[in-house]
Amino acid sequence: MKKFNPVAKVKGFATTQSVRLSEKTMAKTVMANNFLTDIADVFLFIIQIIRETFSRDFEWKEFFRQCFQIGYKSLPLISITGTIMGLVLTIQSRPVLINFGAVTLLPGMVAISLIREMAPVITALICAGKIGSGMGAELGSMRVTEQIDAMEVSSTNPMRFLVVTRVMAAILMVPLLILYADALGILGSWAGASIKGDVSFVLFFSQAFAPVKFMDFFPAFIKSFFFGAVIGLVGCYKGYNAGRGTESVGVAANSAVVLASLLVIVVDMIAVQITDMML
Amino acid sequence: MNAKPVVEIKNLKKSFGNQEVLTDVSLNLYEGENLVVLGKSGSGKSVLIKCIVGLLRADAGSVKVFENDVTALNRKNLGLLRQKIGFLFQSGALYDSMTVKQNLEFPLRRIKKDLSEKERDAKINEVLENVGLADALHKMPSQLSGGMRKRISLARTIVVDPMVMLYDEPTTGLDPVTSDEISSLITEVQKKYKTSSIIITHDIKCAHHTANRMIMLSKGEVYMEGKPKDFENSTDPLIRSFFM
Repeated sequence: MKKFNPVAKVKGFATTQSVRLSEKTMAKTVMANNFLTDIADVFLFIIQIIRETFSRDFEWKEFFRQCFQIGYKSLPLISITGTIMGLVLTIQSRPVLINFGAVTLLPGMVAISLIREMAPVITALICAGKIGSGMGAELGSMRVTEQIDAMEVSSTNPMRFLVVTRVMAAILMVPLLILYADALGILGSWAGASIKGDVSFVLFFSQAFAPVKFMDFFPAFIKSFFFGAVIGLVGCYKGYNAGRGTESVGVAANSAVVLASLLVIVVDMIAVQITDMML
Repeated sequence: MNAKPVVEIKNLKKSFGNQEVLTDVSLNLYEGENLVVLGKSGSGKSVLIKCIVGLLRADAGSVKVFENDVTALNRKNLGLLRQKIGFLFQSGALYDSMTVKQNLEFPLRRIKKDLSEKERDAKINEVLENVGLADALHKMPSQLSGGMRKRISLARTIVVDPMVMLYDEPTTGLDPVTSDEISSLITEVQKKYKTSSIIITHDIKCAHHTANRMIMLSKGEVYMEGKPKDFENSTDPLIRSFFM
């Protein structure tokens, strides 16, 4: 019969546990290392974009093509969502304001909520979906099919041609799309008010813009440039650094949308805090 | 060989993580010759030519092209050196969003900046005629077959008159007839444009058609070097397995 040896048993247990612990520590170290490497990569990517933006050979033609793709081609989507945003907000708010006898405040309330918060955030989220995924998928597939390498060997800086033009176009076009969504949202609000009652166009607009101050508009306009930057940067970073397989194109597009949407909300929160401190 | 080496590789090492792809590769490409690099998949053939053009950084060793050490060049000088090198990618790597004409114009506008629009158009028509696709000028890459894409890709590479051509598996994925046509085009390009070429392939028919000299890569090293005839007459089992 085999004799029970408690010392050997404890030794064996301790060895297994210490191996498990060291494996876990190694895995955590690798994870932390990857995370820090990713952060360093993002910073280097941003620095490279800034450097290439101010280089002599800015790719103007490609920049204008991207402005057309990002700005003009997003107009139908922004028109529909902007109009519905104003219309729905008006129809939902009207009964509550009627209860308080404050229906005359409705145009101003809708205008302020659209300009300060709703139009910038919803438009930016839509752009994150449309533009961010487009950039992630396009650059990702260019990486997979070696088109970015082909650009590099034909003496073209792909960072300057592909990334800088897209990021700059997003920074310029997203604020313009947000202004457009503001205008259509207020127009949609008038349509909503007209459905429920008889409101003159001139009266509605004078009531809408009367309470709007410069400080309602200005911080929202400034933060929209940051929304554009976040969407462009995330879309390009994910696409440009996509893996080699076809699967990575889908991953790049998907993660570009998710991360850009998340960052839009985070940037909005920071912008609201800063604006609140200033007012 | 009395000719000048245009590409000199000495003790090249390249690894990805723990995987050593090139352990010790040394070779020369001489002016005007076609050097075929054979090897099994994963033997580091593509990595080798990507190190030559600077798409991958070598871990150790030196890669000299026209006496410029690629591993030591800064981005600007590497860009200037790349103007003398043509690279035909395995997938063709045509820009999807551009027409054939725009694909050809892209490197031409950047490398041959002094050309007028008329001269540019003439050059584009000339290379398209050379690859037998003069009528594809306004087509999109998605409208082209695999063989046509390879030809257009070759046209895009030769349009800037490179002195060194690097072909990454030029006949992979093509039918035998189209493969023969591409192999003939490679030798025509060598004669017409006086290029020196490295052709990465495991297509023996293409290798026979194009090679002046051959190299076999195995386990990250040069396994054998010689004339096509030396390879054909070799009794080495690894070489024989390719030529069976």
